[in-house]
Amino acid sequence: MDDKLTTVAKSTAFTHPESLKRPAGPSEFAQHPVNAALTSAEKIALYTKMVRIRHFEQRCIRTYQQGKIGGFLHLYVGQEAVAAGTISLLGKNDHVITGYRDHGHGLMVGMSMNECMAELTGKITGCSQGKGGSMHYFAPDKNYWGGHGIVGGQAPLGTGLAYAVKYRGLKGSCLAYMGDGAVNQGAVHEAYNLAALWDLPVIFVIENNGYSMGTSQERSSAHPGCLAKRAEGYGMDWDIINGHDVYEVRAKTSEALKRAHEKSKPTVLEIFTYRYFGHSMADPDKTYRDKEEIKTYRETKDPVFLFEKELLLAKVLTKELVESINQSAMEEADAAAVFADESPDPTVADITKHIYWEEDNRGPQTTSRGTIIFE
Amino acid sequence: MPVISYREALRAAMREELKRDENVVIMGEEVAQFNGAYKVTEGLLKEFGPKRIVDTPISEAGFIGLGIGASMLGIRPVMELMFWSFSYVAFDQIVNNAGNIRYMSGGLIHCPIVIRGPANGGTNVGATHSHTPEAILASHPGIKVVCPASPYDAKGLLKAAIRDNDPVYVMENTILYNDKGEVPDEDYIVPIGVADIKREGSDLTIVAHGRAVITSLKAAEILEKEHGVSVEVVDLRSIRPLDEETILASVRKTHRALLVEENKPFCGVDAQVAYLIQARAFDDLDAPIGRVSSIDAPQIYCKRMEDLQLPYPARVVEAALKVLA
Ligand SMILES: Cc1ncc(C[n+]2csc(CCOP(=O)(O)OP(=O)(O)O)c2C)c(N)n1
Ligand SMILES: [Mg+2]
Repeated sequence: MDDKLTTVAKSTAFTHPESLKRPAGPSEFAQHPVNAALTSAEKIALYTKMVRIRHFEQRCIRTYQQGKIGGFLHLYVGQEAVAAGTISLLGKNDHVITGYRDHGHGLMVGMSMNECMAELTGKITGCSQGKGGSMHYFAPDKNYWGGHGIVGGQAPLGTGLAYAVKYRGLKGSCLAYMGDGAVNQGAVHEAYNLAALWDLPVIFVIENNGYSMGTSQERSSAHPGCLAKRAEGYGMDWDIINGHDVYEVRAKTSEALKRAHEKSKPTVLEIFTYRYFGHSMADPDKTYRDKEEIKTYRETKDPVFLFEKELLLAKVLTKELVESINQSAMEEADAAAVFADESPDPTVADITKHIYWEEDNRGPQTTSRGTIIFE
Repeated sequence: MPVISYREALRAAMREELKRDENVVIMGEEVAQFNGAYKVTEGLLKEFGPKRIVDTPISEAGFIGLGIGASMLGIRPVMELMFWSFSYVAFDQIVNNAGNIRYMSGGLIHCPIVIRGPANGGTNVGATHSHTPEAILASHPGIKVVCPASPYDAKGLLKAAIRDNDPVYVMENTILYNDKGEVPDEDYIVPIGVADIKREGSDLTIVAHGRAVITSLKAAEILEKEHGVSVEVVDLRSIRPLDEETILASVRKTHRALLVEENKPFCGVDAQVAYLIQARAFDDLDAPIGRVSSIDAPQIYCKRMEDLQLPYPARVVEAALKVLA
């Protein structure tokens, strides 16, 4: 009898592909044109954004532990360089959509900590007026289309955003993020095919953090060497990226963006990263990976710390500046928690708002008839 | 009789059926090594091994379709959906394939699949994760749907579902997983399609299913203590098949009916129940049928508002008093 039906696939420690391993030291992508072009102020701003994500997330843990956030809370700590590196390259016609681990992307596109924290505690001042929660952030004014709770559901949407960009004759793209588990949703494969078939400027970004909930990547996916390589089946370009190095993320993503902007071609990027906390706050995170593994990543591959070291070495940052950036990020997160605390809840009347455009915009332009919200 | 939780009752049903029939296989996301996202399948991998208890990728259309196919060849898969909300990505398999194959083959092919998992709001997880699709699915002939409200019913209905030769979809509730109740150790089933009187009364019939039964029982207590009203609570247990006679008998006794469910009102289960009562017990009614369902909107995230969006005892009491007025 075959072994695959009768044995438990053994989970080994999560490691990155050989080609992404290199000795510690300054990033070999520091001199890539997109990085060389950055002024010191821009580098500091990029670092600051990563730090803000980290402190926001850590403040969320406290708010959750205080019982003020319910439901699911999926943290981005450890993965900051992915959102920071990719989104820092985007222009006015580039769009972003992701799954439920969406706080980092939200802060990167420019959402405020206040609206993000208030959403988590279900307040009317939240980005979605307390209607969406942690998994459903949205900021369309910043080209941020969510925040999606159903695994993989955002992949076709991102493809559609790219379609709209192309249809309207704009030079832009959509970055559609997903996890290493999400790549096994049928919708993702259908989106791949459409993107390649119709030459759509979409970049599928797989944030490979090694696990989908308690399932290690090798227990969930069959692939020809890496997940990104599945793109070859659709004739799409692909690349793999060390997601602990924000310069590398920027360098390689910029190639994909060029492909999208100049040739209207899709790309699959697989960015190797790591999450430090459980899948969500509800995951005790005790069974499926070693404490040692987490420790190793934290100590040797931390994206925020590595970038900090890089910028200190390059004398872009000073110890004092690092201190003050961290301090103000913490204060900003604390202030967001106070803002969320002091904000009011939605009301019962709010429950039935935002269901239909016509209901929210009653007037002479209203054309449909009949009962639409039922008792 | 042992007192165990709703979660343990479900697990006991699976254990007993895994032992009884070697064709029973448990499949789903995180069911084996992680012991289940909600720990319903805890310990089963250890006891039955990886051939019987199988972790799947996040591919609901794929693995549920696979289960349906396997069931056609005699396997009895019990598929766990982490949430019934995720069934929507597998809708074609669940409805078109499982629901139609017997009919379209002129009765040649059987599809003894069980799909189970939680289907409820009230846990502060927002609109995408709070669907209650029992009415949607039960509207398809070929499919059976059950919604246990107590540990006893959870075990008995799941065992009956596993032995059934048609697709049976078991909708549980994460809020009930820790509820405790008496559950026999020995083998028993709760036949699918038999409602249960969870509380006897003479002035008003409340018809409910799933957690709405628990809410209704609380409301019935209040109605008795504070308003001197005797309420009968009929727990449907099974949505399709529907135990029409038990509903009708109760209404003929009390002459008043209030229908309570956690679905949104439009085309909810109670729309069918209301039709039934007026069609077959119209002359027995002393008042129009009352109804309590969730406020008609996608599930709101804010927990304080979600608690008010769902039926809760005070709202049921208020609606009951209207029917009794
Ligand atoms: C269709 C669907 N199935 C299952 C789930 C439950 N679920 C939420 S996240 C998750 C794991 C996803 O892992 P991955 O894609 O690797 O992303 P990560 O959480 O690591 O960021 C699962 C199974 C869901 N939300 N939607
Ligand atoms: Mg992952």
